[in-house]
Amino acid sequence: MSDHHDAAHDDVLPDAPHSTFKGYMTGFVLAVVLTVIPFWVVMADVFESTGVTALVILSLAAVQIVVHMIYFLHMNFRSQGGWNMLALIFTAVIVFITLAGSLWVMYHLNVNMMPGMMQDPWG
Amino acid sequence: MLEQLDLTQLIFGRLSWDAIPLHDPVIVATFVVVAIGGAALLGALTYYRVWGYLWKEWFTSIDHKKIGIMYMVLGLVMLLRGFADAIMMRIQQAWAFGDATGYLPPDHYDQIFTAHGVIMIFFVAMPLITGIMNYIIPLQIGARDVAFPFLNNFSFWMTASGAALVMASLFIGEFAKTGWLAYPPLSGIMESPGVGVDYYLWALQIAGVGTLLSGINLLVTIVKMRAPGMNLMKMPVFTWTSLCTNVLIVAAFPVLTAVLGMLLLDRYLGTAFFTNDLGGNVMMYINLIWIWGHPEVYILILPAFGIFSEVVSTYSGKRLFGYASMVYATVVITVLSYMVWLHHFFTMGSGASVNSFFGITTMIISIPTGAKIFNWLFTMYRGRIRFEVPMLWTIGFIITFVIGGMTGVLLAVPPADFVLHNSLFLVAHFHNVIIGGVLFGLFAGITYWYPKAFGYKLDPFWGKMSFWFWTIGFYFAFMPLYVLGLMGVTRRMSQFEEDAAMQFWFQVAAFGAFLIALGILFFIVQLVVSHRRRDQLRDTTGDPWDGRTLEWATSSPPPQYNFAFTPRVHDLDAWWQMKQHKYRRPEQGFKAIHMPKNTAAGIILAGISTVLGFALVWHMWLLAGVSFAALLAVAIGHTFNYDRDYHIPAEEVERVEAERTRMLASHV
Repeated sequence: MSDHHDAAHDDVLPDAPHSTFKGYMTGFVLAVVLTVIPFWVVMADVFESTGVTALVILSLAAVQIVVHMIYFLHMNFRSQGGWNMLALIFTAVIVFITLAGSLWVMYHLNVNMMPGMMQDPWG
Repeated sequence: MLEQLDLTQLIFGRLSWDAIPLHDPVIVATFVVVAIGGAALLGALTYYRVWGYLWKEWFTSIDHKKIGIMYMVLGLVMLLRGFADAIMMRIQQAWAFGDATGYLPPDHYDQIFTAHGVIMIFFVAMPLITGIMNYIIPLQIGARDVAFPFLNNFSFWMTASGAALVMASLFIGEFAKTGWLAYPPLSGIMESPGVGVDYYLWALQIAGVGTLLSGINLLVTIVKMRAPGMNLMKMPVFTWTSLCTNVLIVAAFPVLTAVLGMLLLDRYLGTAFFTNDLGGNVMMYINLIWIWGHPEVYILILPAFGIFSEVVSTYSGKRLFGYASMVYATVVITVLSYMVWLHHFFTMGSGASVNSFFGITTMIISIPTGAKIFNWLFTMYRGRIRFEVPMLWTIGFIITFVIGGMTGVLLAVPPADFVLHNSLFLVAHFHNVIIGGVLFGLFAGITYWYPKAFGYKLDPFWGKMSFWFWTIGFYFAFMPLYVLGLMGVTRRMSQFEEDAAMQFWFQVAAFGAFLIALGILFFIVQLVVSHRRRDQLRDTTGDPWDGRTLEWATSSPPPQYNFAFTPRVHDLDAWWQMKQHKYRRPEQGFKAIHMPKNTAAGIILAGISTVLGFALVWHMWLLAGVSFAALLAVAIGHTFNYDRDYHIPAEEVERVEAERTRMLASHV
């Protein structure tokens, strides 16, 4: 009988994330800063070329994602027995396929099918 | 006066008496039949006083088994609707040649083929797949319920809510006339100003919430709630394929939500994501919707592969051949399914390099699929095969699916696709894989697990009748479409020039559709006959097929708590191994079991969502505002409900288990 284990539904996982006030505040401040900079870059016309502006915004967005994952979603290599990291890697692969594939496909479609509409994207 | 008008507009939006399609006799006749049937059903439910029972035991239930059964009922009811659309199209196309215009005006015909596609994918295949996963996964992994039981109930009702909106469009207003994926610019506000596309969009958005949540729920269930000892490579194959399907759901459905959301913004707020001017790009819609659409195909077929794996190994009395390769094949299909989407629009003009890449990835995906076919064949090889009904469906599947797979590889060759794109050849291909794969899998699964869910087997005679009529009907209905596709007939046509050679094939296809109708009828007969003969067909053991996985370790139907003690797993075929080791059921020492409590929040939230969707379709802004506020209020209110769980007392568990002991003893 002893090898029957009665697992309850609401077992609190031993490796559930522990959040601290400091962690959330750090994340919040970083998120605000990373949001304000793109606004400022656009509103104050900081860069001559819109291409550079777009690149800056996109890279700050990427940093923003990482901030959210670390401070709000409490991700690291160990949490939930590695499942979180596995899920993240899978998501990254899928997002990469989706974005890169769409850009590639749409670029070709634009070149082939919309000659009149085609402009230099960074122009 | 003006104020008066605005008030009417505020309350009723675009809805007026004109929206009721009284001009179309086909719809009016349908409405009369549905109204009489519906009134009879409601009357019977009231007469036999089962409303309270239904509400308490089913609608508000958060038991994964009952929710699974409700999904199945929804899927089967919607199958009847979707099939009614199908047979109407087959009759129209067999008839409308030359001077004969058939009986469906083009306007109505376009709604029918759209509704057929939408219903069959979103409200037949998806609920049936989700229903089986819901019922079986917790049992197969030795769990008491899913990870989030309330969410499960909510997901079901959101799916039902979407289905209700689609059904409402039949009698109030119209449905989309755009084809099942509603490509813009046709689905844009300029070309489709009516409510049809809005019904389509809101129905799918609401049902999409349910699908996504149930995907997350089942994913977490499989990852977190497996019985001790069941590591990933000891998981039953059905659980494996379901895991991959739910990963696909979680990754793919947000794309659908986003793309439909953008189309909604285009239609409601005048944005220009998918317009031809103002910088919009309609091709982006097609690109994005197929990034969801192709994984969706695998969301449907992977659980069916899992069902066939369980069925083949059970009825061959052998361990599944190549379990590890089966798992790897499933995972490879999961990832590859994200890399083939462009094959749905080779002809849109991406050029040779892009088309060849996607053509090749598409062909590669047939390799793991082929490996699976061989695994099933090798499992049967030298097995002691019992030709029960689920096994018949499996053999029917293997033959039919291989044909569908081969025409698929043919379509994966871009130059061939340029000839066959949008033709009936394509229509024949995807029906070949969806009927031959998904639907046959579902019928195999239903027959296989029915005794588990209801405590008695399905009558094999009517099961065989249903199988043969479905299979032969399928070949009669769809092989002619291959021929017609090669003759150059495009899809979605409601009328043709006089052409006897062509009409002949359409008539053969219509004949096939009637055979399928009999197949469906005999399936229903099977349910009724089995219910009446349930005492002869009773399963007292809980293991009627000499099964191999954990769901057969408990009684049929399983007690509310599934397993009195969580089983320990030592082997891939856990139950088989337990039987080999002369496992003895524990008959004492039961403890109280902690269970979640029923709640009405799910059905109420989904009911309000239906109203909200209807209001948004008809631009009833007042009702939309009120129902949206109500939705938030109920959702927040539910978070304050702390009365969520209870314990089944140990005496109750003991009583149920003693009952089972008696049942088992009576059998021997």
